[in-house]
Amino acid sequence: MDRVKIYDHIVLLLGVFLMVGPLAVAFMTSTFDYVTIHKEGMQFGWGGEFLETYETVLTQQSGFTGGVTGLLMTQNSFILGIGFALGKIVISMLAAYAIVYFRFRAATFCFWIIFLTLLLPLEVRILPSYEVVQQMGLLNSYTGLILPLIASATGTFFFRQFFKSVPNELLEAARIDGAGPWRFFFDILLPLSKTMMAAIFIIMFVVGWNQYLWPTLMTTDESYFTLVRGIKQIMQNMIGADIPKYNEALAMAILAMLPPVLVIVIFQRMFIKGLVEQEK
Amino acid sequence: MNKAQFGSPWMPYMLLAPQMIIIAIFFLWPAAEAIRSSFFLEDPFFGTATYVGLENYSDALSASDYKRTAIFTALFTVLVALLSLSIGLMLAVSADRVLRGKSTYKTLLMWVYAIAPPVAGLIGVMLFDQHIGPLVDFALIFGWEMRIGVNYWDTGIAMIIVATWKQIPYNFIFFLSGLQSIPSSVKEAASIDCKSPNRRFWTITFPLLAPTTFFLLILNITYAMFETFGLIDLIVKDQPGNSPVTLVYKVYRDGFRGNDLGGSSAQSVILMLLVLVLTVVQFRLIEKRVHYN
Amino acid sequence: MTTLKIKNVFKRYPNGAEAVKGVSVDVEDGELVVFVGPSGCGKSTLLRMVAGLESVTQGDIELAGRQVNDLEPAERNIAMVFQNYALYPHMTVRKNLAYGLKNRGTPKDEIDKKVEDAGELLQIKEFLDRKPSQLSGGQRQRVAMGRAIVRDPAIFLFDEPLSNLDAKLRNQMRLEIKNLQRRLQTAAIYVTHDQVEAMTLADRIVILNNGQVEQIGTPSDVYSRPDSVFVASFIGAPPMNLIAADVSDEGVRVGDQLMPISTSNRGKVTLGLRPERLQLSPDGEGANVQVLIVEELGATRLIHGKLGGQDITVAQDAEAPVPADNAKLSFRSDDAHFFDASTGRRL
Repeated sequence: MDRVKIYDHIVLLLGVFLMVGPLAVAFMTSTFDYVTIHKEGMQFGWGGEFLETYETVLTQQSGFTGGVTGLLMTQNSFILGIGFALGKIVISMLAAYAIVYFRFRAATFCFWIIFLTLLLPLEVRILPSYEVVQQMGLLNSYTGLILPLIASATGTFFFRQFFKSVPNELLEAARIDGAGPWRFFFDILLPLSKTMMAAIFIIMFVVGWNQYLWPTLMTTDESYFTLVRGIKQIMQNMIGADIPKYNEALAMAILAMLPPVLVIVIFQRMFIKGLVEQEK
Repeated sequence: MNKAQFGSPWMPYMLLAPQMIIIAIFFLWPAAEAIRSSFFLEDPFFGTATYVGLENYSDALSASDYKRTAIFTALFTVLVALLSLSIGLMLAVSADRVLRGKSTYKTLLMWVYAIAPPVAGLIGVMLFDQHIGPLVDFALIFGWEMRIGVNYWDTGIAMIIVATWKQIPYNFIFFLSGLQSIPSSVKEAASIDCKSPNRRFWTITFPLLAPTTFFLLILNITYAMFETFGLIDLIVKDQPGNSPVTLVYKVYRDGFRGNDLGGSSAQSVILMLLVLVLTVVQFRLIEKRVHYN
Repeated sequence: MTTLKIKNVFKRYPNGAEAVKGVSVDVEDGELVVFVGPSGCGKSTLLRMVAGLESVTQGDIELAGRQVNDLEPAERNIAMVFQNYALYPHMTVRKNLAYGLKNRGTPKDEIDKKVEDAGELLQIKEFLDRKPSQLSGGQRQRVAMGRAIVRDPAIFLFDEPLSNLDAKLRNQMRLEIKNLQRRLQTAAIYVTHDQVEAMTLADRIVILNNGQVEQIGTPSDVYSRPDSVFVASFIGAPPMNLIAADVSDEGVRVGDQLMPISTSNRGKVTLGLRPERLQLSPDGEGANVQVLIVEELGATRLIHGKLGGQDITVAQDAEAPVPADNAKLSFRSDDAHFFDASTGRRL
């Protein structure tokens, strides 16, 4: 028995090294100044430039128009992440509620339309999606950023599955007690769904925060850039420069990954539960 | 199980309205547009559109770089899927068996899931950078001079490595969950019937993981083909020159940069059909899984 | 010869909990020994240590003459039947049965023969090519036993195999297991929390409580001479009456009732009386029992009442006349058990 255990620990340690290694190097390098990095390559250890670099990234005006700072991008990322997660939850809960708890003719039709959205990820309809948003005048706006992303079916199916698992007796008892659809939803279903809502919120927050393609397409105004979108910007800057500011780029990368990583580490159990349940 | 339901005539429509409206505007309309414009040649300057039937499709498919991109996409997808599945499985098996430190390992290995593909791309670019990248130094030990951005396959390999790295946690989580759902009494019976842990794994554990594996395979393929966009965008650094890209990226490049709307749309539709096929396969496999239990 | 020797075995967990505290039991060739006790008494842990699924913290386990503490389960020549069958879901019944033999390099025709024989013995031949999900609970249990039988092990280990079956099936399978074990003449350990199963199946019973052995003996031993209050109330249904009594030269006093039982014990004791060993008559010399509730069970009748202020239950044949509000209690002095009032041990 014990021989196997040592092998397992070795495998896992190698795995951790593989997964965390690059991040550790990236973080450590970001604490050095870029000239050193350029001369000697990526660094191990502590460079002492931590505060300066991160402060610069957060507050320095960057981008072509100089209109955006790291802090602003962080704010935008939060708006996108939270907005997306909330929007998703509200819309999919309502839709799932309708599909599961109501008898109406268009039910199957609506279900299949929603299902259809699973078939075509955004990546295969980017151009026309852009055109639609442009025609609606929603380019460079939070609405345009968040709304189209909410269209997909994932949240709806998740809540549909969950609602179906709620015992029938609850609805019957509620009806006997005189509760109509609204009461039932708010007084009974919602409290029951709390853990699920939290799990989905966490996952959707990470998904929203990490959006790249859509923000890249439809925000040309830099004051709407998210951290993840800003990464590309920093890359462009590096290409032009004689000595690229590696440390700032890495610092931004670290900032861009920090909130989602923290969220899934702190809420690990809920996150995993939501992830696994969702894909069923 | 028949669900007890409300009979309100207008309420369901009201509840569904937000989702349906958003779907109609931001999904159905663009999707229809994509299909429609694939049959037209659009002149960006004059805004006119000429109907060209399937010409966009034939042009797109016969273009030399389409073939090269398609081959790379296929290779990329297969390698990323297989590598990240295997590594994810290996880690999950060990994590399942280990008694101490299980949750610490789990947290550390899960972490990378939260990183956005472009961020992973940036870190990858740095690590593979000719001037400062430690991985380039490492490759040099074996006599391999990596030149990302210059050499086609060097860049391709870097992309494959970064994309695989990013996907490992996802597979790890699902495989671990799958392993933990195998009843412990079955594992114990196997330990009584079979001495070699290796043999036990291949004859008992792996077959029982089959539904999870199939399911993850499809998801990994989808990931490699579509969700790696940001990663590729960062590694390519806007120097399309000698860098491999995936088909999805090509749609973006031809459409937004090249202004070839018709061609780009045609490529989009081709990809749409591909996704359709993948989804059908996925659902067939889910039916198989239900049958299993 | 002794097949299995469990010598002063302990199981301690890293957090300090002790599941097994110094248990020693021997299982002879061909014997079916039952480990019985309430939940958490350590019976399953003990079984699993014999199987090799749990490590032994202290002590020795000797199987067929060799010490097996450090051997893997597959190396010990044991076979186990699990509570929830633990059949391999992706394999047919045939493959399930053959798996263990295949891994040991048994030649194919020998495997086929053994599978056929087991199929015959357990009447599962007709579904050898089906998968477990297509079988009922009872059929699955037979396959689980078949898997154990083909291995021809030194000892069978049963871990509450009938707990998941309904009552009728359970009774039926109980007899089948007994027959099977007799026929195969293989030693076996059977773990259960059900004292009826224990009494009917066992050649010897080991009663465990809180990680320790309370008593080892044949079913009739533990029934007629329980070593402690625990054993006395665990074995037998309805459970033995345990009555606080005071013994003096005059006799045994319970409340205001005095019974002229002769015994060498003196002072405060716990008096044990099995309900089925008691008689009630409308008059006579015995102590007075105030009858409160009468339960008719068809063949027997249970009478619940008070003896000297304490609860007492008497089980009588339904044919006997129904007692009135008060009746006289009588029993043989051999049927009176005396236990120490504080330790609960037999006096």
